[in-house]
Amino acid sequence: MFTPHTKTEREEMLRAVGVKSMEDLFVAVPQKFRFPKLNLSPRKTELEITSEMSELAYANESTRDLLCFLGAGAYNHYIPSAVDALVHRGEFFTAYTPYQPEISQGTLQAIFEYQSLIANLTGMDVSNASHYDGATATAEAVILAYSNFRGKRTKMVVSPAVHPHYRATVRTYMQGYEEVTLIGDTPSDPLESPDSLISLIDDQTALVIVQYPDFFGRIYDYTKLSDTAHKNGALFAVAVNPTALGILKPPSEFGADIVVGEGQPLGIPLSLGGPYLGLFATKKEFIRKIAGRLVGETVDQDGKRGYVLTLTAREQHIRREKASSNICTNQGLMALSSAIYMSLLGKQGFRKVAELCYQKAHYAAKEIASIPGFSVCMDTPFFHEFMVCCPQPVEQINTHLLDHGILGGYDLGKDYPALKQNMLVAVTEMNTKEDIDIFVDVLREMSNG
Amino acid sequence: MAEKTIYELSSPGRQGVQFPEADVPASGMPKEFLRKDLPLPELAEIDVIRHYTHLSKLNYCIDEGFYPLGSCTMKYNPRVNEDMARLPGFAFCHPLQPDETIQGSLSLMYNLQEDLKEISGFDEVTLQPAAGAQGEFVGVMVIHAYHKAHGDGKRTKMLIPDSAHGTNPASSAMIGYDVVGVPTDARGNVDIAALKAVCDDTVAGIMLTNPNTLGLFDENILDVIEIVHKAGGLVYGDGANLNALLGIVRPGDLGIDVMHFNLHKTFSTPHGGGGPGSGPVGTNKKLAEFLPGPIISILEEGDDELPPLYGFKQPKHSIGRVKSFNGQFGMHVRAYTYIHMHGPDGLRQVSELAVLNANYLLSKLKGTYKLPYDRVCMHEFVLEGKFDDVPDVHALDIAKRLMDFGYHPPTNYFPLIVHEALMIEPTETESKQTIDDFADAMLKIAKEAHESPELLQTAPHNSPVRRLDEVKAAKDLVMCCWLPDKAE
Amino acid sequence: MNIPTDCKYTASDEWVKLEGKTATVGVTDYAQEQLSDVVFVEVVVSTGDSVKKGTTCATIESVKAAADVNMPVSGKIVAVNEVLPQTPELVNSDPFGKAWMVKIEISDPSEVDGLMSPADYEKFLQERSH
Repeated sequence: MFTPHTKTEREEMLRAVGVKSMEDLFVAVPQKFRFPKLNLSPRKTELEITSEMSELAYANESTRDLLCFLGAGAYNHYIPSAVDALVHRGEFFTAYTPYQPEISQGTLQAIFEYQSLIANLTGMDVSNASHYDGATATAEAVILAYSNFRGKRTKMVVSPAVHPHYRATVRTYMQGYEEVTLIGDTPSDPLESPDSLISLIDDQTALVIVQYPDFFGRIYDYTKLSDTAHKNGALFAVAVNPTALGILKPPSEFGADIVVGEGQPLGIPLSLGGPYLGLFATKKEFIRKIAGRLVGETVDQDGKRGYVLTLTAREQHIRREKASSNICTNQGLMALSSAIYMSLLGKQGFRKVAELCYQKAHYAAKEIASIPGFSVCMDTPFFHEFMVCCPQPVEQINTHLLDHGILGGYDLGKDYPALKQNMLVAVTEMNTKEDIDIFVDVLREMSNG
Repeated sequence: MAEKTIYELSSPGRQGVQFPEADVPASGMPKEFLRKDLPLPELAEIDVIRHYTHLSKLNYCIDEGFYPLGSCTMKYNPRVNEDMARLPGFAFCHPLQPDETIQGSLSLMYNLQEDLKEISGFDEVTLQPAAGAQGEFVGVMVIHAYHKAHGDGKRTKMLIPDSAHGTNPASSAMIGYDVVGVPTDARGNVDIAALKAVCDDTVAGIMLTNPNTLGLFDENILDVIEIVHKAGGLVYGDGANLNALLGIVRPGDLGIDVMHFNLHKTFSTPHGGGGPGSGPVGTNKKLAEFLPGPIISILEEGDDELPPLYGFKQPKHSIGRVKSFNGQFGMHVRAYTYIHMHGPDGLRQVSELAVLNANYLLSKLKGTYKLPYDRVCMHEFVLEGKFDDVPDVHALDIAKRLMDFGYHPPTNYFPLIVHEALMIEPTETESKQTIDDFADAMLKIAKEAHESPELLQTAPHNSPVRRLDEVKAAKDLVMCCWLPDKAE
Repeated sequence: MNIPTDCKYTASDEWVKLEGKTATVGVTDYAQEQLSDVVFVEVVVSTGDSVKKGTTCATIESVKAAADVNMPVSGKIVAVNEVLPQTPELVNSDPFGKAWMVKIEISDPSEVDGLMSPADYEKFLQERSH
């Protein structure tokens, strides 16, 4: 255990405090409820706990044991060894939020660089120091839009092709804003083109939000939609997959005011869904409305360059009930991990990963399309995810795949009733041609031909 | 010398980590969607390792020394937690994998829920919220949902003591409540008379931190809770200060209806330079149905041969999802490891020694520094960082001078109800020697404040940078470094 | 502490200078001192807006604090200080002069009567726990 006190020291300290025993320190606690007996498993040494934990870990099958073709918002990418080697330094992970900048320049400069990388990647002017994940970042984009118009515009147009978890999270957050309505994401055909949102935009619209590539993997040109939003005075937000931005046009090129997204693909392990990384970047006119921490450059009293948390007057510890958000602790270490990942890969490596994902996914799609009974049921360009129409329920196919050591794609019928028997397949640089061929062969066993 | 940024270190053509060539036939890419340039830096792996190693050395951290930040609970972050979170079976599972492939992790989450219930006296726990502030948001939303379900629409106010952390009113405002402040009395307790005056049927509830941000256990806690309950309101507990209460008292037993935990405070998961945290929320029976899912439950009971089958459930009247997937699982692994290493005796020892350390340190400082509330403290205490006879020395100066002695300063300027506040929380993982040395430094600084105050006012002297121009930062707003070719 | 005699004051540290039917509004010397270096000012009402007493007309941010400036009186906005957002430091250097925020044509003169006199405001500042 981690307390250093000896018996002698404890007694000395009790004497110095002026009490006879430990119990005397807790007289303010109502006697009736004092010192409850906790029914927890008895203490263990490190040796014993590692055995217990290993047993639990081995009871799982992970993407190290199975071939992974599952995406839907979290992706199996290669994480270079240097990422964890650096992030595991105690100076980074046992440090606190950099409120005392003179002794936190490591964290502050690293976050400043992270902000720069994300701004450059997305084409925005400024990024915050991170949000919890893609879903909460999306919710904060909606809140930003609401506060931008000071509550005068209350309509939020949301594409049905934004990740179901993101849309659900937005709805939860909007419960506190009773006059806000979210429309557009429950059409009878969730696969309709994004231009069908155009008719929903008017001068009551605060925000139009889409995903890029969308939840179904598709790439669209959102220029017409974004132009319509702006013509009506609304803001345009895009939820991105950062890996895709290795080759795809950044959202700044089609009018995004706000870019959010999930940063997990950037050197962050899958870890059953968390901790992940919420990306949040905007054009400069919204800088004061951004939720979360911001690091800015400045100089010290000797003229030396340094970094500080800035625009802190927006945040909860000063603004309190008038704060733009309540966020305090964010995902600092994950932002650091992603910055290290982006720096390690660099311009060439980052582009290479995106290209590999694209090429392998398109090979897989072509091979799957040739299986009788299966088809790639979309005709738009895609990045590394695509929809497959299956001859049997996805659940059955995935059970069969699992028997062969393969994690099949996501069952879209779980979130979209109109898309039963549609599987969302993801392919990354971690899938070799051999893996893909095995996947295709096993799928073939489930065809009706 | 200042460390260059990764953009300044970048050299065109340098390659870092490389990837294999494509092993599949090439497909054409749609030109109209391709980006023309990718403004990322170009560095060799050794450049990246050196750069971040240099940056790390500019940071103070728990591994280096004492970090007495009040209400942050900067205890030692056990290395074993880190190794456990990195076990491949935990680190590399996809969140959407079939339940049968992740039973080890689901069992871990289920048992963590059970452990937190047992520790706190609550009936249901969700592990979803990503951090304390999100946990608060959830707690207030649950209160809101409860009143709505009971047709109690006129409850528009949330009571919040003036000592509260800023996230409390911020969270309330996000749900549309009007924040009504409740003063703290001279003994550091919630002012009962003032509470009674504002407590009526328009009050949805109260957000209580106990021990409060003064480090004091409310001597009238049961009365406070009863007054709010009698008015039909609910009590939210801010669990940030739970480090004083493990095995000492259970918030659920006191009558608190809903509370958030900070795994990154009480349960030793690392602060990471600003996260990730984890903010599970516990409730009593009547609020359980409103919690955000998914919550792990037993789908099929086990027997002598087989373990139980674990899966996800959504509470009946859940407020809905608050983030994607399953919560901060990596932090759940760490907290579970911590709780299971300590067991009930170990956890009680944590709180006893946290409180002893704080009182011991207080006994050494209170003769020299003004103590606004002279009572036995819990795991932290608040002093005034000023001397009436040296008005030009402020808490900020004391804080900066502490850096010259090799310490991270305590929290300053919070809570707002104490002028020039210094909020000090030693935690239980600090030895008597460390506390003695820190007390010596504080006493030396007090002496310096009287004899040579300019030493404090020009501090820090030995840190990587000296006092920074925050006004310039807020005016110039340089938030990114750009590649030279992007500069206009 | 500067407390001009030709103004009236609020408990939230705004000043009002009435000239005929037009009132000019800003924040006091005490306010700017509490805020310390002001880095940002945003006037959130526009010329022509009808505003009620208590409506937020501007927000001020310094490095350590943020504050809303609330209308001490009701009426119609006839001018806003366009220059102030570019030079926020004027709030610190000239709070009663160049850092005026809005000018309003008042709708209810009795509201001005209800505000604090310079002497009352001075007393109010003294009583405030520092």
